[in-house]
Amino acid sequence: MTINGWIQIALFCAVVLTLARPLGGYMTRVFTGERTFLSPVLAPVERGLYRVAGIDARQEQHWLSYALAMLAFHVLGFLALYALLRFQAVLPFNPDGQSAVAPDLAFNTAASFVTNTNWQNYGGETTMSYLTQMLGLTHQNFLSAATGIALAVALVRGFSRASAATVGSFWVDLTRTTLYVLLPICVVYTLFLVSQGIPQTFGGAIEATTLEGAKQTIAVGPVASQVAIKMLGTNGGGFFNVNAAHPFENPTALANFVQIVSIFAIGAAMTNVFGRMVGDERQGWAILAAMGVLFLAGVTVVYWAESAGSPVLNGLGLTGGNMEGKEVRFGIVASALFAAVTTAASCGAVNAMHDSFTALGGMIPLINMELGEIIVGGVGAGLYGILVFVIVTIFVAGLMVGRTPEYLGKKIEAKEVKMAMLAILCLPLMMLGFTALATVVAAGLAGPANAGPHGFSEILYAFTSAAANNGSAFGGLTGNTLFYNTTLGLGMLFGRFFVIVPALAIAGSLAAKKTVPASAGTFPTHGGLFVGLLVGVILIVGGLTFFPALALGPIVEHLAGGLGQTFAAGG
Amino acid sequence: MARPNSTSLFSAALVGPALVGALTKLDPRKMIKNPVMFVVEVVAALTTVLFVRDVLTGGANLAFSGQIILWLWFTVLFANFAEAIAEGRGKAQADSLRRTRTETMAKRLKGTGRDFETIPGNDLKVGDVVLVEAGDIIPSDGEVILGVASVNEAAITGESAPVIRESGGDRSAVTGGTQVLSDEIRVRITAAAGSTFVDRMIALVEGASRQKTPNEIALNILLAGLTLIFVFAVASIPSFASYAGGSIPLIVLVALFVTLIPTTIGALLSAIGIAGMDRLVRFNVLAMSGRAVEAAGDVDTLLLDKTGTITLGNRQATEFRPVRGVTEQDLADAAQLASLADETPEGRSIVVLAKEKYGIRARDMASLNATFVPFTAQTRMSGVDLDGSSIRKGAVDSIIASVSSQPMATRGSGAALAYSPGVADETVREIQAIAEDVAKAGGTPLAVTRDGRLLGVVYLKDIVKGGIRERFAELRQMGIRTVMITGDNPMTAAAIAAEAGVDDFLAQATPEDKLALIRKEQSQGKLVAMCGDGTNDAPALAQADVGVAMNTGTVAAREAGNMVDLDSDPTKLIEIVGIGKQLLMTRGALTTFSIANDVAKYFAIIPAMFLVLYPQLQALNVMGLASPESAILSAIIFNALIIVVLIPLALKGVSYRAVGAGALLRRNLLIYGLGGILVPFVGIKAIDLAITALHLV
Repeated sequence: MTINGWIQIALFCAVVLTLARPLGGYMTRVFTGERTFLSPVLAPVERGLYRVAGIDARQEQHWLSYALAMLAFHVLGFLALYALLRFQAVLPFNPDGQSAVAPDLAFNTAASFVTNTNWQNYGGETTMSYLTQMLGLTHQNFLSAATGIALAVALVRGFSRASAATVGSFWVDLTRTTLYVLLPICVVYTLFLVSQGIPQTFGGAIEATTLEGAKQTIAVGPVASQVAIKMLGTNGGGFFNVNAAHPFENPTALANFVQIVSIFAIGAAMTNVFGRMVGDERQGWAILAAMGVLFLAGVTVVYWAESAGSPVLNGLGLTGGNMEGKEVRFGIVASALFAAVTTAASCGAVNAMHDSFTALGGMIPLINMELGEIIVGGVGAGLYGILVFVIVTIFVAGLMVGRTPEYLGKKIEAKEVKMAMLAILCLPLMMLGFTALATVVAAGLAGPANAGPHGFSEILYAFTSAAANNGSAFGGLTGNTLFYNTTLGLGMLFGRFFVIVPALAIAGSLAAKKTVPASAGTFPTHGGLFVGLLVGVILIVGGLTFFPALALGPIVEHLAGGLGQTFAAGG
Repeated sequence: MARPNSTSLFSAALVGPALVGALTKLDPRKMIKNPVMFVVEVVAALTTVLFVRDVLTGGANLAFSGQIILWLWFTVLFANFAEAIAEGRGKAQADSLRRTRTETMAKRLKGTGRDFETIPGNDLKVGDVVLVEAGDIIPSDGEVILGVASVNEAAITGESAPVIRESGGDRSAVTGGTQVLSDEIRVRITAAAGSTFVDRMIALVEGASRQKTPNEIALNILLAGLTLIFVFAVASIPSFASYAGGSIPLIVLVALFVTLIPTTIGALLSAIGIAGMDRLVRFNVLAMSGRAVEAAGDVDTLLLDKTGTITLGNRQATEFRPVRGVTEQDLADAAQLASLADETPEGRSIVVLAKEKYGIRARDMASLNATFVPFTAQTRMSGVDLDGSSIRKGAVDSIIASVSSQPMATRGSGAALAYSPGVADETVREIQAIAEDVAKAGGTPLAVTRDGRLLGVVYLKDIVKGGIRERFAELRQMGIRTVMITGDNPMTAAAIAAEAGVDDFLAQATPEDKLALIRKEQSQGKLVAMCGDGTNDAPALAQADVGVAMNTGTVAAREAGNMVDLDSDPTKLIEIVGIGKQLLMTRGALTTFSIANDVAKYFAIIPAMFLVLYPQLQALNVMGLASPESAILSAIIFNALIIVVLIPLALKGVSYRAVGAGALLRRNLLIYGLGGILVPFVGIKAIDLAITALHLV
């Protein structure tokens, strides 16, 4: 570890924190329907869209209608994307003549992009037409991100409203998020990326002749626009197979830094939106602080583990950091930081191969996802995810001040606890359940490239990434099979909607409640004590469940490595 | 009835029946009410069946499996024992109550006359009118419709001093099982046999009619959810193990599962609830539901009646106001003489005031050759006769009536209005004016007369109870707002409110005002507690989230409230809030402790369990437990024993101090959160050392 490395990490944190407040302020105005500096241009567009769709922007929805609208929208989006993938061969904008995507891969990919996961069981440049990339994938990149944000805002309204029957309008939230937040930032961001050297073209792949005289095909396309939203919307689905490690997706040090920042930017600002909407910004900072503690702990371990290098090689006298699977351009710190950020937020873009990280370095991304993507998390999803944990925390510990637990004046009662537990239950069921299945059936065991604990980690990582809607891959796992396409696709769908619907139910239930004014007897939720408590509950309730699995994967791999042992194929 | 004494938690009388109770509670139909412990019982039963099979077929490692199964059953039994012992404490109280409910005979009146038939008390129906004479036991709950009597209610309140029960007014409710000491009353029966107040009390303290409270239901959901999470965590292990090329014995998986699920709080949850009710009962307060106790902990606003709660029931002299032509000195002198033998606080306060303000030294009755004329309900005045002159002090209307030599035909507060105009002179009007002034200022006027001449008025003022200000400050720290309710005019109310340190006051309060205030507070999402005794308090009592009815109050008030204070002490509201908070805190603390325990249990069992697959995992055995078997056994033993260790805490409750929520949380988190993480590390290691030394595995 170097001073330079720590300065990069510190600079990253500083930039994210600096952005949180202004961006949060702007987004709050957007979600509360106030005028923004973009309104003169965008308000007519917004009104036009509502008129075309026949939406009354003042008509708010009960949480159930909100949920049904959201689900209907996703079913249609899923079907449209599936159709696009299956018919891309006969559709325009296909200069490289990509053929139709197989049914199981199309299912997996549609599920992946609709749920903001962007798990890619395909190589983008060799599978997808430009139309699919833009109309199918980039389009879902926007909408799945906007959905996450809309859902979080609906939950925040649950806290900020009192005795209300509605939690907002899904159509309005979705439109405003896309129009006022994602699109404007992406336009500027895309231009910046183009300036850094990322291609943005409809032209087909370039044929080049190398110095040796061999023919080389260099894939290009409308890359910059997709990279912008894949980062900003924590989607993570790259244009190219190697994602952000590809020089055309991540050309410069500056581009790399800005991309990492953009993964966290909206997620961090959402905590500020939360604080502003409930009328106490400190509440938002407290949540961001809890996220920050978990993030810093994670990034420290990854950075330390990667700098220390492989214990097996160290034992052989080969000291130095672990550079396997990393871009030399980025080095250890930028790769470690990227890995921690992309798995903390549910982005899933990678600029290094997590499979090649040391056992402990690879364990942190796993843990980040197992906690439920609540360390900043997916845009919106991170906020509603951590609020579910907040409810459990408040319920358990809030009793210790001698009152029925309250958070922000809302009493946490049976219904909220039930829904929060449902949301929390979903992830271990998907992650551990499917891993348990894959480790015993032949189709599952055919997947991992490595034997022993590392192979186990590869399977665990895949299902963890899918259910957490992260989308990053450990690599090594052959995912494009009927078994993995189906199970991973199901994991993504359940992992998304079995968290969203209970979260919306909580929003509806909270909005209907009265707000009890805070008093000296109220559990204080803006101080360090609460932050520590929240971190503790997240680790114990959310994390300990995975201890047995981690012990059999990265932990034993690390311990064995220290003893100079490796696991050969077949045993 | 048991007094609030410190009954030993584990007296032989309690433990014996509780041990039996622990066994009878194994009935799955009873266990299912407690999801966590039900799961443990099911798991224990299944492993027992498998164990029997293994014994018959000669399986391996039977001693180890046998011990684990034994401790699984102990875990269930300890939980049942905790509940049984909590119920046992209630039963002891119920039994003493039940003794009062001996079969009584009732004198049911046939008509409006004194004709009655004697029938068993159990045959009485609601609406029957019975005659109760001196020495009779009142056969059932009812309302006095005629007469006044002194009643011994020691059977339910433990207070031996008799109380007055009379028809009309706010003292009309009588309780079955109490005894009339003097006079006779006619009582209309309001509760049939089996549903009287005492019956309900018995059911409540026994926990028979106990229903889960909202918070308990929510907590059970959380615990069930955690249990499910651990089902996933444990059920996926066999697959993982088979991937690693091995297998894990079922008994080990069971041990891991049972130690991880929140058995500690699951086992103690119902005991905590029962003990909370019990604490109230020991405090002579009956909660009609557990819900009310919980609500008490949540109270945001306390409505307190001024008289008796904030101020002393008796007032003190603060000023002498003579009529024209009389000096203050003369008035003070006469008032002091009239009060020399008056032992009431008011009387003594007059003597002291005269001495301090006018330097009139208290004189000795004997040396003055004076005779004391005591206060009677008929004259409503007291005083002295000395050297042929008579000095009297008393209620203004009574004094005026006596001066006018009118026969005391009518009594009561209407007398002043009935005052005959025959003695209408300046002085009388002046006295009345002064009295009115004093009354307006919230004080009580006391007229003084000497030999038939009106001298003036003594101003008796409300005195705020000592220490009440500090109590209110405590409440404020707990985040509770206090509102004083008084019939006084706003100016007086404000003065007393400021002196007592309440946060707000409601002056010239009518019952409707009270109700409106409660509704207003509730509309802001606040929970309101109040106490009251009169029929006109009933709507407010019913509206309040915590309505404490005074036992001396009317039937209507008692029906409307959700708690009854047997001592009729309105100050108790403050303690009731404390008990409610303590109940919730105990639940939270033990839940936190239970969940925090899991960290150590993982570190005990995971390395032990996977050691056969990967010997490298020995590094995770941070406690250095002797062997995989001893590690797993230690964890399960710790898991069972911690229940027993925590029973006293569950029954007594976590100590509550009136500090802010932040400080409270910090303290509890340190003890039960951090303690919950650390204690099992020590405990499991100690048990491991013990079982290794004893060669149990």
